[in-house]
Amino acid sequence: MKAPVRHHIVFARVENKAGVLARVAGLFSRRGFNIYSLAVAPTHDERFSRITIVVDVESAPLDQIVRQLDKLVNVVEIAELAPEEATERELLLATVHATPADRGQVIALVGVFEGTIVDVGLDAMTVLLAGPPSKLDDFEALIRPFGITELQRTGRVALPKLTRRAARLRAVRGGEDDEAG
Amino acid sequence: MRLTGAQALIKSLEMKDVEVIFGLPGGAILPVYDPILDSPIRHILVRHEQGAGHMAEGYAHVTGRPGVAMVTSGPGATNIVTPLADAAMDSIPIVVITGQVATGSIGTDAFQECPITGVTMDVTKHNWLVTDAQDIPRIVAEAFEVATTGRPGPVLVDVPKDVANAQMNWYWPSSAAELDLPGYHPATEGDPREVREAAKLILRASRPVIYAGGGILKAHAADELKELAQRTGIPVVTTLMARGAFPDSHPLALGMPGMHGNYTAVTAIQHADLLVALGARFDDRVTGKVDAFAPEAKVIHVDVDPAELGKVRQAEVQIAGDARRVIAELLKSLEALGLADPAKEEAGAAASDSPASVRPDLGPWMEQIRAWQKQFPLTYRQEEGGALKPQYVVETLRDMTPDDTILVSGVGQHQMWASQYWRFDYPYTWVNSGGAGTMGFAVPASIGAKVGRPGKMVWTIDGDGCFQMTAQELVTASAERIPVKIAILNNAYLGMVRQWQELFYEERYSEVYLSPDLPDYVKWAEAMGAVGIRVESAEEVAPAIEKANGVDDRPVVVDFRTDAFEKVYPMVPAGASNDDIIVGPTEGEGGR
Repeated sequence: MKAPVRHHIVFARVENKAGVLARVAGLFSRRGFNIYSLAVAPTHDERFSRITIVVDVESAPLDQIVRQLDKLVNVVEIAELAPEEATERELLLATVHATPADRGQVIALVGVFEGTIVDVGLDAMTVLLAGPPSKLDDFEALIRPFGITELQRTGRVALPKLTRRAARLRAVRGGEDDEAG
Repeated sequence: MRLTGAQALIKSLEMKDVEVIFGLPGGAILPVYDPILDSPIRHILVRHEQGAGHMAEGYAHVTGRPGVAMVTSGPGATNIVTPLADAAMDSIPIVVITGQVATGSIGTDAFQECPITGVTMDVTKHNWLVTDAQDIPRIVAEAFEVATTGRPGPVLVDVPKDVANAQMNWYWPSSAAELDLPGYHPATEGDPREVREAAKLILRASRPVIYAGGGILKAHAADELKELAQRTGIPVVTTLMARGAFPDSHPLALGMPGMHGNYTAVTAIQHADLLVALGARFDDRVTGKVDAFAPEAKVIHVDVDPAELGKVRQAEVQIAGDARRVIAELLKSLEALGLADPAKEEAGAAASDSPASVRPDLGPWMEQIRAWQKQFPLTYRQEEGGALKPQYVVETLRDMTPDDTILVSGVGQHQMWASQYWRFDYPYTWVNSGGAGTMGFAVPASIGAKVGRPGKMVWTIDGDGCFQMTAQELVTASAERIPVKIAILNNAYLGMVRQWQELFYEERYSEVYLSPDLPDYVKWAEAMGAVGIRVESAEEVAPAIEKANGVDDRPVVVDFRTDAFEKVYPMVPAGASNDDIIVGPTEGEGGR
């Protein structure tokens, strides 16, 4: 589950109306763009939702993805960020095979990564870890040898890094200075 | 004022100055058909919902105003999906109203239920499912706004039966601020810095070509285009969607580029050092193999849709904006850089230090273009007593009709011959299905065109295959006394497919033969209330056209029996470079 090297984060603020997610997903499939992960939830303003999409920019040029998305009438605002320009977080839930003999090692790993054990069974444990996606990748690699029976990651959510926000956030709409033409 | 949703819907269409609805009623749309009886809006009852959609397109093509179609739920709605897809490809503004089962039944597989907003999501610019009658005026206003602004396109409004029956308090959104479109802001003006860059590139180019697309017509920029060409002396190619945007009889007109474009238009682009793309989208039928398209050219790309910029070809200068406004700004910019205005100044008035004063002479380039035009004109040979050539029919029709005749075509060989051999000197006189390539487009589209421009002669050049797909709309035309004229180039084949099988499948003809006389087109025309005429030889062409021109109270169908072996040339084989253009048939080709 390593992230592709060439991915970007696209933020879209969309109208909170029926069918909007279908329009966004439909656009990706119609244009042959690949989604690496996608997270959707309402924002502080209930009229809008925020969609965080990690896109594979090997499948199509980023400009093209952003401009096509921006054409959707329900997409109110759109911006894209390189991973280094964003604060990203993701949540991982995993059920790990952990017999009494292994249990101590799993607990130790969870402790090192500052995760939480949320459920314990006779020979398995469900662990929770939140953090930057790369940290989740590392954790996943380390617990894999014990045997992962279930795994669910949320896909990343992200916000622009504050110190760079003014200078680096490249909004297509209203940002003609950066995106001339 | 209390109204039903249905009444509010019709009143909203009246508020948008809709003069005609093309439609066919059914169960779910029944409530909306009742107030039509009391409305000044004309309703034209079609025989198939696809016809309603193409009529709305034809109307929009020639008037520039949105065409409106109304159909019922389920199959009524799915039958209009093809026109929606067609309009999406060619950026035609149409507003389609569909009935829907009652809100309580949605999702239950009710009778004639189809989730048409889901089905048409990818072939409309936007669509709406109305859930509250109170929203109807606002949504109708939004639908027209989205269909007609920015890059125009089709929209669909789905109205459940109970919503149409519900009561609402009438209002009308008087300004854009009352619309709920927070995410809709079409580009209009181009970035002035990019416009200046474009002007500089134009003044540095020695082999420039203007590549004019359908966006010129959508932006009402034909006058501006002509001024740009004349002021700069740059020759103009007009794509299939832009025929008429620049007069074919103008000395700078090169005609149509692309797969079946003329040699000079195709080759000028290949040799150009600057391509000025205005409202064009680098369609594969124009570019051929993209990597080999205009290999020496820098590109200026102007389009109202930012997503077209860089989609196919990376342009050196990208300008998102309305073609009319951008060209006007470009002209100002050129003037600021010293390009003389022949209308205002004497020759040689450019300041000696301005970019325009050191502009390369376009003389050698135009000489080269004239040489190509002389060496490789469009050709065909109508032999006396020989099989009737389709090109001869097109040329004779062109010469026997008013210059501002509206020409409609279907899709295939006849469409290419129509585009090649007609002389388009006026904008909005050419109606065809470009991007989608929808066979069956012509008959209904011509009806919509005639309704939109009743004072103009409307001729259609159709193929026999195309005609059979939607011919029943001539019943509509007869019933409504809409005198359209249809010239069928009847070669008894699905001709373009036959051409490909001949050239690329070793003459293995698979499922392309249609028969010249099954159906009997004359009898069929007469059965539909039209005049039917058959033409089998070159001598009969002119008299038949004369007779058809004289009919103005009903449709006319002329069955021209044309040579099945005739192929469309020039041709760039699919996926090949435009440098590999085939100018004409090789000796002995065609199985004769």
